[in-house]
Amino acid sequence: MTEMSYLDGNMLDGPMRELFTVDLSTAMGRCENCGMTGSMASLHVYSHAPGLVARCPSCEGVMLRLVRGPDRAWLDLRGTTFLQVPMPMEQTVAGPL
Amino acid sequence: MGIVSPGFQGRPRTQEPALPPGQYLTEDFPVLSAGPTPRVSLDTWEFVISAENGSDHRWSWQELMALPQETPTVDIHCVTRWSKFGTTWQGVSLDTLLADVDTGAHFALAHSYGGYTTNLPLDDLRGGQAWVVHSFDGAPLPAEHGGPARLLVPHLYFWKSAKWVRGLRLKTMDEPGFWETAGYHDYGDPWREQRYQGD
Repeated sequence: MTEMSYLDGNMLDGPMRELFTVDLSTAMGRCENCGMTGSMASLHVYSHAPGLVARCPSCEGVMLRLVRGPDRAWLDLRGTTFLQVPMPMEQTVAGPL
Repeated sequence: MGIVSPGFQGRPRTQEPALPPGQYLTEDFPVLSAGPTPRVSLDTWEFVISAENGSDHRWSWQELMALPQETPTVDIHCVTRWSKFGTTWQGVSLDTLLADVDTGAHFALAHSYGGYTTNLPLDDLRGGQAWVVHSFDGAPLPAEHGGPARLLVPHLYFWKSAKWVRGLRLKTMDEPGFWETAGYHDYGDPWREQRYQGD
Protein backbone atom coordinates (compact mmCIF):
# COMPACT_ATOMS: atom_id res chain seq x y z
CA MET A 1 0.00 0.00 0.00
CA THR A 2 1.31 3.42 -0.92
CA GLU A 3 2.02 5.70 2.03
CA MET A 4 1.81 9.42 1.30
CA SER A 5 5.30 10.79 1.61
CA TYR A 6 6.24 14.29 2.59
CA LEU A 7 9.15 16.61 1.93
CA ASP A 8 11.06 18.59 4.53
CA GLY A 9 10.42 22.28 5.11
CA ASN A 10 13.42 23.36 3.03
CA MET A 11 11.18 22.93 -0.03
CA LEU A 12 9.07 25.88 1.21
CA ASP A 13 11.97 28.24 0.52
CA GLY A 14 11.24 28.69 -3.19
CA PRO A 15 7.45 29.10 -2.97
CA MET A 16 7.78 31.46 0.02
CA ARG A 17 10.35 33.62 -1.77
CA GLU A 18 7.54 34.55 -4.13
CA LEU A 19 5.84 36.24 -1.16
CA PHE A 20 8.62 37.32 1.18
CA THR A 21 12.28 38.15 1.03
CA VAL A 22 13.16 36.24 4.19
CA ASP A 23 14.66 32.78 3.97
CA LEU A 24 12.01 30.73 5.74
CA SER A 25 14.27 27.71 6.12
CA THR A 26 16.37 29.65 8.65
CA ALA A 27 13.31 30.74 10.66
CA MET A 28 11.94 29.11 13.79
CA GLY A 29 8.22 28.60 14.31
CA ARG A 30 5.96 27.63 17.21
CA CYS A 31 3.18 25.11 16.64
CA GLU A 32 -0.17 26.46 17.80
CA ASN A 33 -1.43 22.94 18.47
CA CYS A 34 1.30 21.39 20.64
CA GLY A 35 3.52 24.37 21.45
CA MET A 36 6.72 22.87 20.07
CA THR A 37 9.19 25.41 18.70
CA GLY A 38 11.51 24.28 15.95
CA SER A 39 13.06 25.03 12.61
CA MET A 40 10.59 25.63 9.78
CA ALA A 41 12.94 23.48 7.69
CA SER A 42 11.93 20.50 9.84
CA LEU A 43 8.23 20.70 8.96
CA HIS A 44 6.62 17.84 7.03
CA VAL A 45 5.36 19.31 3.74
CA TYR A 46 2.64 17.49 1.79
CA SER A 47 2.80 18.72 -1.78
CA HIS A 48 0.64 16.15 -3.64
CA ALA A 49 -2.39 18.28 -2.86
CA PRO A 50 -4.25 21.36 -4.15
CA GLY A 51 -1.76 23.43 -2.13
CA LEU A 52 1.27 23.00 0.13
CA VAL A 53 0.41 21.76 3.62
CA ALA A 54 3.21 21.98 6.20
CA ARG A 55 2.71 20.01 9.42
CA CYS A 56 4.44 20.02 12.78
CA PRO A 57 6.93 17.11 12.96
CA SER A 58 5.85 16.47 16.55
CA CYS A 59 2.03 16.45 16.48
CA GLU A 60 1.24 16.62 12.69
CA GLY A 61 -0.87 19.73 13.32
CA VAL A 62 -1.17 21.98 10.26
CA MET A 63 1.18 24.95 10.75
CA LEU A 64 1.14 26.46 7.25
CA ARG A 65 -0.95 26.27 4.08
CA LEU A 66 0.11 27.93 0.85
CA VAL A 67 -2.20 27.92 -2.18
CA ARG A 68 -0.88 29.29 -5.47
CA GLY A 69 -3.48 30.37 -8.01
CA PRO A 70 -2.49 31.62 -11.46
CA ASP A 71 -2.43 35.26 -10.35
CA ARG A 72 -2.89 35.10 -6.57
CA ALA A 73 -1.55 33.26 -3.55
CA TRP A 74 -3.08 32.52 -0.16
CA LEU A 75 -0.95 31.96 2.94
CA ASP A 76 -2.61 30.62 6.09
CA LEU A 77 -0.39 30.61 9.19
CA ARG A 78 -3.09 30.18 11.82
CA GLY A 79 -1.35 27.03 13.07
CA THR A 80 1.90 28.95 13.66
CA THR A 81 1.93 31.05 16.83
CA PHE A 82 5.05 32.94 15.80
CA LEU A 83 7.85 33.00 13.28
CA GLN A 84 11.29 33.90 14.60
CA VAL A 85 13.39 35.23 11.74
CA PRO A 86 17.15 35.89 11.95
CA MET A 87 17.93 39.55 11.29
CA PRO A 88 21.17 41.48 10.77
CA MET A 89 22.49 43.09 13.93
CA GLU A 90 20.86 46.46 14.45
CA GLN A 91 23.27 49.33 13.79
CA THR A 92 23.92 51.56 16.78
CA VAL A 93 22.39 54.91 16.01
CA ALA A 94 24.30 57.89 17.35
CA GLY A 95 22.22 59.79 19.85
CA PRO A 96 21.98 63.54 20.15
CA LEU A 97 25.10 65.20 21.50
CA MET B 1 -8.22 23.77 -53.00
CA GLY B 2 -11.68 22.84 -51.91
CA ILE B 3 -14.54 25.19 -51.43
CA VAL B 4 -15.30 24.00 -47.90
CA SER B 5 -13.88 26.14 -45.13
CA PRO B 6 -11.09 24.23 -43.36
CA GLY B 7 -12.65 25.26 -40.07
CA PHE B 8 -15.83 23.29 -40.75
CA GLN B 9 -15.39 19.62 -39.94
CA GLY B 10 -18.93 18.57 -39.05
CA ARG B 11 -19.72 16.38 -36.06
CA PRO B 12 -17.19 13.72 -35.17
CA ARG B 13 -18.43 10.16 -35.62
CA THR B 14 -17.69 9.16 -32.06
CA GLN B 15 -18.55 11.55 -29.27
CA GLU B 16 -16.20 11.41 -26.28
CA PRO B 17 -17.71 12.69 -23.05
CA ALA B 18 -16.93 16.35 -22.60
CA LEU B 19 -14.22 17.52 -20.23
CA PRO B 20 -14.88 20.53 -18.00
CA PRO B 21 -12.83 23.60 -19.00
CA GLY B 22 -9.13 23.46 -18.14
CA GLN B 23 -9.12 19.71 -17.38
CA TYR B 24 -7.13 16.86 -18.98
CA LEU B 25 -8.05 13.20 -19.06
CA THR B 26 -6.06 10.61 -17.14
CA GLU B 27 -6.30 6.83 -17.01
CA ASP B 28 -4.43 6.76 -13.70
CA PHE B 29 -5.94 7.49 -10.32
CA PRO B 30 -3.59 10.08 -8.79
CA VAL B 31 -3.32 10.10 -4.99
CA LEU B 32 -3.59 13.53 -3.39
CA SER B 33 -3.33 14.05 0.31
CA ALA B 34 -2.84 16.96 2.69
CA GLY B 35 -1.42 14.83 5.46
CA PRO B 36 -0.61 11.36 6.74
CA THR B 37 -3.05 8.60 5.80
CA PRO B 38 -5.33 7.78 8.76
CA ARG B 39 -5.67 4.07 9.56
CA VAL B 40 -9.18 3.46 10.80
CA SER B 41 -10.28 0.10 12.19
CA LEU B 42 -13.67 -1.12 10.99
CA ASP B 43 -14.43 -2.13 14.61
CA THR B 44 -14.35 1.50 15.73
CA TRP B 45 -15.36 3.23 12.47
CA GLU B 46 -18.53 5.28 12.61
CA PHE B 47 -20.39 7.78 10.46
CA VAL B 48 -22.31 10.49 12.31
CA ILE B 49 -24.75 13.06 10.99
CA SER B 50 -25.09 15.84 13.57
CA ALA B 51 -28.17 17.97 13.04
CA GLU B 52 -28.26 21.64 13.99
CA ASN B 53 -30.64 20.82 16.87
CA GLY B 54 -27.93 18.76 18.57
CA SER B 55 -29.26 15.30 17.67
CA ASP B 56 -26.79 12.73 16.30
CA HIS B 57 -27.53 9.89 13.87
CA ARG B 58 -24.81 7.20 13.98
CA TRP B 59 -23.98 4.19 11.86
CA SER B 60 -21.38 1.54 12.64
CA TRP B 61 -19.61 -0.23 9.76
CA GLN B 62 -22.03 -3.15 9.99
CA GLU B 63 -25.02 -0.82 10.02
CA LEU B 64 -23.71 1.04 6.96
CA MET B 65 -23.23 -2.20 5.07
CA ALA B 66 -26.76 -3.33 5.95
CA LEU B 67 -28.29 -0.27 4.25
CA PRO B 68 -29.37 -0.37 0.58
CA GLN B 69 -26.25 -0.27 -1.59
CA GLU B 70 -25.81 1.59 -4.88
CA THR B 71 -23.06 1.31 -7.55
CA PRO B 72 -22.72 4.72 -9.21
CA THR B 73 -20.48 5.04 -12.29
CA VAL B 74 -19.40 8.66 -12.56
CA ASP B 75 -16.78 11.01 -14.00
CA ILE B 76 -14.56 12.74 -11.44
CA HIS B 77 -12.74 16.06 -11.76
CA CYS B 78 -9.84 17.16 -9.54
CA VAL B 79 -9.06 20.86 -9.13
CA THR B 80 -5.41 20.04 -9.93
CA ARG B 81 -6.78 19.58 -13.51
CA TRP B 82 -7.01 15.82 -13.98
CA SER B 83 -10.33 14.16 -14.78
CA LYS B 84 -11.14 10.47 -14.87
CA PHE B 85 -14.12 9.06 -16.76
CA GLY B 86 -16.34 6.15 -15.79
CA THR B 87 -15.24 5.40 -12.22
CA THR B 88 -17.41 2.78 -10.48
CA TRP B 89 -18.01 2.86 -6.75
CA GLN B 90 -20.22 1.12 -4.22
CA GLY B 91 -21.82 2.71 -1.21
CA VAL B 92 -24.89 4.26 0.38
CA SER B 93 -26.74 7.26 -1.01
CA LEU B 94 -26.84 10.35 1.20
CA ASP B 95 -30.59 10.33 0.48
CA THR B 96 -30.77 7.11 2.50
CA LEU B 97 -28.61 8.46 5.33
CA LEU B 98 -30.49 11.79 5.50
CA ALA B 99 -33.97 10.23 5.22
CA ASP B 100 -34.67 10.16 8.97
CA VAL B 101 -32.71 13.29 9.88
CA ASP B 102 -35.00 16.11 10.93
CA THR B 103 -33.24 19.27 9.81
CA GLY B 104 -33.90 22.73 8.46
CA ALA B 105 -30.19 23.30 7.74
CA HIS B 106 -29.04 24.43 4.31
CA PHE B 107 -25.34 23.60 4.69
CA ALA B 108 -23.17 20.66 5.68
CA LEU B 109 -19.57 20.50 6.87
CA ALA B 110 -18.12 17.08 6.10
CA HIS B 111 -15.37 16.05 8.53
CA SER B 112 -12.88 13.22 8.32
CA TYR B 113 -10.61 11.02 10.36
CA GLY B 114 -7.33 12.97 10.30
CA GLY B 115 -9.03 16.35 10.65
CA TYR B 116 -9.92 17.29 7.05
CA THR B 117 -13.11 19.28 6.46
CA THR B 118 -15.06 20.51 3.43
CA ASN B 119 -18.35 22.40 3.14
CA LEU B 120 -21.26 21.77 0.79
CA PRO B 121 -24.83 22.99 0.40
CA LEU B 122 -27.12 20.28 1.81
CA ASP B 123 -29.12 20.28 -1.44
CA ASP B 124 -25.98 19.03 -3.24
CA LEU B 125 -25.94 15.95 -1.02
CA ARG B 126 -29.54 15.06 -1.91
CA GLY B 127 -31.32 13.97 -5.08
CA GLY B 128 -29.07 11.06 -6.03
CA GLN B 129 -25.96 13.27 -6.26
CA ALA B 130 -23.85 12.05 -3.32
CA TRP B 131 -22.80 8.84 -1.58
CA VAL B 132 -20.68 7.46 1.23
CA VAL B 133 -18.66 4.89 -0.73
CA HIS B 134 -16.56 2.00 0.58
CA SER B 135 -15.59 0.19 -2.65
CA PHE B 136 -13.90 1.18 -5.90
CA ASP B 137 -13.86 -1.04 -9.01
CA GLY B 138 -15.38 -3.89 -7.01
CA ALA B 139 -12.72 -3.93 -4.26
CA PRO B 140 -12.58 -2.33 -0.80
CA LEU B 141 -11.51 1.31 -1.06
CA PRO B 142 -7.74 1.52 -0.36
CA ALA B 143 -6.70 3.81 2.49
CA GLU B 144 -4.76 6.13 0.14
CA HIS B 145 -7.98 6.76 -1.79
CA GLY B 146 -9.97 7.42 1.39
CA GLY B 147 -10.87 4.01 2.76
CA PRO B 148 -12.57 2.66 4.74
CA ALA B 149 -15.11 5.15 3.33
CA ARG B 150 -15.14 8.50 1.58
CA LEU B 151 -17.69 10.97 0.41
CA LEU B 152 -18.46 10.90 -3.34
CA VAL B 153 -19.93 14.11 -4.78
CA PRO B 154 -18.87 13.85 -8.42
CA HIS B 155 -20.61 16.95 -9.77
CA LEU B 156 -18.22 19.12 -7.71
CA TYR B 157 -14.40 19.24 -7.77
CA PHE B 158 -13.03 16.17 -6.04
CA TRP B 159 -11.72 17.99 -2.94
CA LYS B 160 -15.38 18.07 -1.90
CA SER B 161 -15.44 14.23 -1.90
CA ALA B 162 -13.80 14.01 1.53
CA LYS B 163 -11.54 11.00 2.09
CA TRP B 164 -11.80 9.06 5.37
CA VAL B 165 -15.17 10.68 5.99
CA ARG B 166 -16.41 10.45 9.57
CA GLY B 167 -19.54 12.55 9.50
CA LEU B 168 -21.55 15.59 8.50
CA ARG B 169 -22.35 18.58 10.68
CA LEU B 170 -25.54 20.20 9.43
CA LYS B 171 -25.49 23.97 9.72
CA THR B 172 -27.80 26.92 9.23
CA MET B 173 -24.79 29.06 8.22
CA ASP B 174 -22.15 28.10 5.67
CA GLU B 175 -18.78 27.31 7.29
CA PRO B 176 -15.83 26.97 4.90
CA GLY B 177 -13.63 23.89 5.21
CA PHE B 178 -9.91 23.08 4.93
CA TRP B 179 -9.26 24.25 1.35
CA GLU B 180 -12.14 26.73 1.23
CA THR B 181 -10.42 28.76 4.00
CA ALA B 182 -7.15 28.76 2.02
CA GLY B 183 -8.23 30.31 -1.27
CA TYR B 184 -10.32 27.62 -2.92
CA HIS B 185 -13.86 28.26 -4.12
CA ASP B 186 -16.72 27.82 -1.69
CA TYR B 187 -18.83 25.71 -4.14
CA GLY B 188 -16.39 24.24 -6.68
CA ASP B 189 -18.42 23.53 -9.84
CA PRO B 190 -15.95 22.14 -12.44
CA TRP B 191 -18.21 23.09 -15.37
CA ARG B 192 -18.06 26.75 -14.29
CA GLU B 193 -14.35 26.34 -13.43
CA GLN B 194 -14.88 27.53 -9.86
CA ARG B 195 -11.35 26.76 -8.65
CA TYR B 196 -10.45 29.76 -6.52
CA GLN B 197 -12.33 32.37 -4.52
CA GLY B 198 -13.93 34.86 -6.89
CA ASP B 199 -13.94 32.49 -9.91
